[in-house]
Amino acid sequence: MDIGMFENILFAMVRTGTPLLLVALGAMMSERAGVLNLGQEGMILVGAACGFIAAYAGSSLGWGVLAAVISGVVVSLLFAFIALTLISNQVATGLALTIFGTGLSAFLGAGYVGQTITGFNTVKIPLLGDIPLIGKALFEQDLLVYLAFALFAAVFVVMRYTRLGLIIRAVGENPDVAHALGYKVMRVRYGAVMFGGAMAGLAGAYLSLAYTPMWSEGIAAGRGWIALALVVFASWRTERILLGAWLFGFASILHLLLQGYGYEISPNLLAMLPYVVTIVVLVLMMYRQQNQGLFAPRSLGQPWHSPK
Amino acid sequence: MTLLTRKKFLRVLGATAALLTLSANVFAAPLKVGFVYVSPIGDAGWTYQHDEARKIVQQEFGDKIETTFVESVAEGADAERVIRNMASRGYDLIFTTSFGYMNPTIKVGKMFPKVKFEHATGYKTAANVGNYQARDYEGRFLAGMIAGAMSKKNVIGYVGAFPIPEVIRGINSFMLGAQVMNPDIKMKVVWVNTWHDPAKEREAAESLILQGADVITMHTDSAATIQAAEAKGVYSVGFNSDMSAYGPKTHLTSSTQHWESIYRAKIQAVLDGTWKPEAIWHGLREGVVALSPMNPLVPKEVVEKMEAYKMEIVAGSRAVYQGPIYDQAGALKVAEGKTLSDEELHQQNWYVKGIEGKIPQ
Repeated sequence: MDIGMFENILFAMVRTGTPLLLVALGAMMSERAGVLNLGQEGMILVGAACGFIAAYAGSSLGWGVLAAVISGVVVSLLFAFIALTLISNQVATGLALTIFGTGLSAFLGAGYVGQTITGFNTVKIPLLGDIPLIGKALFEQDLLVYLAFALFAAVFVVMRYTRLGLIIRAVGENPDVAHALGYKVMRVRYGAVMFGGAMAGLAGAYLSLAYTPMWSEGIAAGRGWIALALVVFASWRTERILLGAWLFGFASILHLLLQGYGYEISPNLLAMLPYVVTIVVLVLMMYRQQNQGLFAPRSLGQPWHSPK
Repeated sequence: MTLLTRKKFLRVLGATAALLTLSANVFAAPLKVGFVYVSPIGDAGWTYQHDEARKIVQQEFGDKIETTFVESVAEGADAERVIRNMASRGYDLIFTTSFGYMNPTIKVGKMFPKVKFEHATGYKTAANVGNYQARDYEGRFLAGMIAGAMSKKNVIGYVGAFPIPEVIRGINSFMLGAQVMNPDIKMKVVWVNTWHDPAKEREAAESLILQGADVITMHTDSAATIQAAEAKGVYSVGFNSDMSAYGPKTHLTSSTQHWESIYRAKIQAVLDGTWKPEAIWHGLREGVVALSPMNPLVPKEVVEKMEAYKMEIVAGSRAVYQGPIYDQAGALKVAEGKTLSDEELHQQNWYVKGIEGKIPQ
């Protein structure tokens, strides 16, 4: 194993982890506000399809990203209306959103299968990109990866240091108290769900405009579900989401890289790795949770309406 | 008064029905032919090739047939529902074009003994169910010749979906073709364990490129491999349909399928009343398998040699698996002067010499 191999593994890890990071940040935000949205996969797919279509039609990647984000927000609003305003079961609504998004994206994208666009290119940041080992992974990626880093930093700051972060957490822990204190629970939850939609849409744009610049049905390939597991894995902490996204990204491509380097490890075994990691972490977390209290926002997934 | 009207009405109705029956006998209704596709048609790929063939036969037969298709039908319970629905709506001949439709097709076939079914890529037939396949490996062999000639580092990279005989056959055939042009050629294979995850396909392709492969090909569904090769400036070879749009500079050629000759023959047989269930496996000779237009970067003499081999395969004087062929361990798998039978081709679970790594068990 030489340094070049490590550089390449780290580079691929960050790239693979980026869609997971984006989705998980958004999902965490809405879960922190008490809303469990299992529709991530559907929102990614709608974002990926709309992003690709807009980029293709407008021949501009910027329009593509914008369209992906907006379409993500629009479908998340559908979820918010049904789950929050109509107070339906969040789990069922989220699952419905995934199924709906899968179908809608396939329908919208049907005419675009096989079309090509020029996707985002990597942009090397001078000096930083030359740092051995990590330079390539962190500073020689495409613009959307850098945007993901920036959004990670923003979410981190908001959740840890700002009043808004406190309000979001209060709404997720105990909406009745937050309401009694005069905070607009509904508005906060709507906002958090919409942020989640925007992030999932952006992750879709990353897939169809940067990672593999094409539209093909089911391009998300289960990443929405992995991101949901990742939020639990990270126990709803922003910084752990970043590490988790990289770890999951690493686990999901390790077998491809090792095969390429000629290591004779069963690819089937390695392909299981992300899921094994999830199960192990869940077991550990439940164990800790029993001893040290809950990690999940207390009102997560519970319907709430303002007292009349 | 009402009674009279009803009587009149019934009489008119009866007359119309009689007239309709009569006219149906005089002007034969078009043969209804249905197609079930596993994915959207799009602009390239497996399903696209089937639909191109459907359009060709529809045009050729004109008003003698009426074709319809249902796209994006998931394998499994959905497939059975769609096929049954088609059969119950009076379709005479139904083509089901994905491996996973095999059991649903057989099952629905039993329920509708008068309807004829043709299933692609499986291995089961029944009284009213036929089976058809393309000898893709012949196209892989010719494409492998091009790849072997174009590789400068003598390493080919192959992205495989699952280590099943169909994929392994493609890998071996590609390698045998490459060895014709370049005896020193090596091949690395990376398995992605999915038919469709563009991001993983790209990672697999890039890991092969990092390992020195300078011609990349794949047996997965998306064109992510071709894109990855274009981005890294190495050559690629596509599959199913012409994938040059994904790699305008570096795509060399694609091994493609053209189903119209099979569809034409089967439809004609049903029209003539001579249809019978059979398992057919057509390739270069019947025009079911072909190579897409060649990248101009491929030297003329390479194309000529490939064409010469193609002619020999078409004429039957050459087979892709023509001995002597050795496996990785050097054991003789096909003796001098022998070829592999179709059954042996279907059961391949070994790599030819020169391929690196082991087949995952």
